[in-house]
Amino acid sequence: MFKFVDEYRDKDLCRRLAEGIIGISKKPFTIMEVCGGHTMSIRKNGIHKLIGSNIKLVSGPGCPVCVTSQKDIDKAIALARLNNVVVCTFGDMVDVPGTSVTLAEVKAEKGNVRVVYSVQDVLSFAKNEPDKHFVFIGIGFETTAPTIAAAIMQAKAEKIKNFSVLALNKTMPAALKAVLEDKDAKINALISPGHVSTITGTGIYKFIVDDLRISCCVAGFEPADILRAIYLLAELRENNKVSLINAYERAVKENGNEKAKYIMYEVFDSADAEWRGFGVIPASGLRIRKEFADLDAEKIFKIDVGASKEIKGCICGDILRGIKEPKNCKLFGQKCTPMKPQGACMVSSEGTCAAWYKYGE
Amino acid sequence: MQRITISHGSGGKVTHELINGLFVKHFKNNILDKKEDSAVFELAKIRRVAFTTDSYVVKPIFFPGGDIGKLAVCGTVNDIAVSGASPKYISSAFIIEEGFAVSDLERIVKSMALWAGKAGVKIVAGDTKVVEKKEADGIFINTSGIGVFEKDIICGVEKIRIGDKIIISGTIGDHGVAILKERQGLSFKSRIESDAAPLGGMIGKIMEKTNGVKFMRDPTRGGVATTLNEIIRGSNMGILIEEEKIPVAKEVRAACELLGLDPLYIANEGKVMIIVDPKEEKKVLTILKGHEYGKNAQTIGDVAHRYPGKVCLKTKYGVTRIIDMLTGEQLPRIC
Repeated sequence: MFKFVDEYRDKDLCRRLAEGIIGISKKPFTIMEVCGGHTMSIRKNGIHKLIGSNIKLVSGPGCPVCVTSQKDIDKAIALARLNNVVVCTFGDMVDVPGTSVTLAEVKAEKGNVRVVYSVQDVLSFAKNEPDKHFVFIGIGFETTAPTIAAAIMQAKAEKIKNFSVLALNKTMPAALKAVLEDKDAKINALISPGHVSTITGTGIYKFIVDDLRISCCVAGFEPADILRAIYLLAELRENNKVSLINAYERAVKENGNEKAKYIMYEVFDSADAEWRGFGVIPASGLRIRKEFADLDAEKIFKIDVGASKEIKGCICGDILRGIKEPKNCKLFGQKCTPMKPQGACMVSSEGTCAAWYKYGE
Repeated sequence: MQRITISHGSGGKVTHELINGLFVKHFKNNILDKKEDSAVFELAKIRRVAFTTDSYVVKPIFFPGGDIGKLAVCGTVNDIAVSGASPKYISSAFIIEEGFAVSDLERIVKSMALWAGKAGVKIVAGDTKVVEKKEADGIFINTSGIGVFEKDIICGVEKIRIGDKIIISGTIGDHGVAILKERQGLSFKSRIESDAAPLGGMIGKIMEKTNGVKFMRDPTRGGVATTLNEIIRGSNMGILIEEEKIPVAKEVRAACELLGLDPLYIANEGKVMIIVDPKEEKKVLTILKGHEYGKNAQTIGDVAHRYPGKVCLKTKYGVTRIIDMLTGEQLPRIC
């Protein structure tokens, strides 16, 4: 019925792949799925229960809401507290606890936080309500950055003055390097993020294979996609080979989306960025170029939030680095639930803790 | 264009013109026509009644398959019907924003009259308030309703036993997706319509012809997943449903794929979930399938001794996982 969906959910195909995985995997083996979308699909479909006991799946730092630092969340909240400013954001961000409040609480108090599905909605608001200033909270990886860049270019071309972006966008390669070089993590292979790769291409993983000698497999998000990636990685492992495989051929090209990359780097510059759980990672973020400074909320509002405080006992940082699992957290399921999230991994619908909580172990 | 002004809610002459010229005209019945402070009617021979109230703030007020008025009638009628009672009388209170188009109000009132007629209920009491511009968003409606028990049957969660079957009266998620599609301006080739419908007739037939219904609920906000959790929480039994048996229209499935939503958590406004003794399952299904609002009825799972207090889903790959309640808002103002 759905081309490119149904065939990748085929029951028999998935069963054969799962049997194949169990058949070939003889050595204990830890695979990190980097992307939150993969984590959700694995948990939703129960893939982790289909692949036998030798393979362990751990989640990585690929949930954009989760890796947003406390300080950056406090900045978004500070913006929402300003008069005449409307903060627009993707849904998951509104419930992330800041040092003192959440955006949802500011929304209830001041009514100036709007949830949007696309940055284009924010441009429409700005045009229709010229008396207010609209700030879009730019989160996400290479997947969302091009559309945000395009909106910034459009705002400049159309001289929209009451629109700006708080660019908290991040890029994958440097963060992956940080995760994989971490001695505590012990990752044997990566399921590389499918959506990011549609933009970047597969080239960004070459250093992982060549320098760190860790296999990478770019995968789609359907059960058969993920099972196939696990199978291919297990096969490499059993044959003592390290390689880069693109198993998401229907969406990902070697060079990615050239036009999207071009737009992204027209507007953004590479910059150091602070990641929850990692601290500052050099050249892992995107900053709005000075040619677009009048659309950069950071420059327009010069917000200073002071010291931010992370929640005590929360191990989101270690979970994002693949060192610990939600069950190791004493807050998980007790003090920290989707109703009253303490850490970002529970807030985001793609967060590891949310996935564990929602779908059970 | 004629618009609602503050004077329409003042209680004076303009209010009376609105009440008589619109509400009484369309809702017409012998009880309302008396225009007394309270509707007075007989319930004397009835031992038990069901009473409920609900407010409707849906946005947009007109959507494919319905409008706020239809929802205000059907929602309250269904709340009564799922208790096992037969809906009889409803009240309707309007909170209208100054400047609201009278033509839109008339369209809503006509829709309410139409669906009240189809549901077999009389609108016997009402109220109108007008608030200043921007103090409300267009129109909000509250309806309360009374139903009577025709048969001496009591439904309740305490009647549920291991082995009972869980039936859903049709495809899930239609209402929520229809609303979301309107709000997001998504265009699909095929139409997705809200399933809003009065279920009193269909449920009445089940109550009349069968004896094994243990519990019923209309899975509105929070969807089937939340409703099942409400039922089984705190119990020493669990619920196991099967992914492959859950009916979802293909357009709804497509929209959910695009928007990253799970139909199990999306609101329905014309569906009933019935927990029934396995001996009566077939009979209930036959009645449902023979009714216009139950054509796609399906048994989706059963009450199990495993997983006490929890709802579990058997995925099509044979793995069992938890189905939790909806947390937070998936989409505000859908009803």
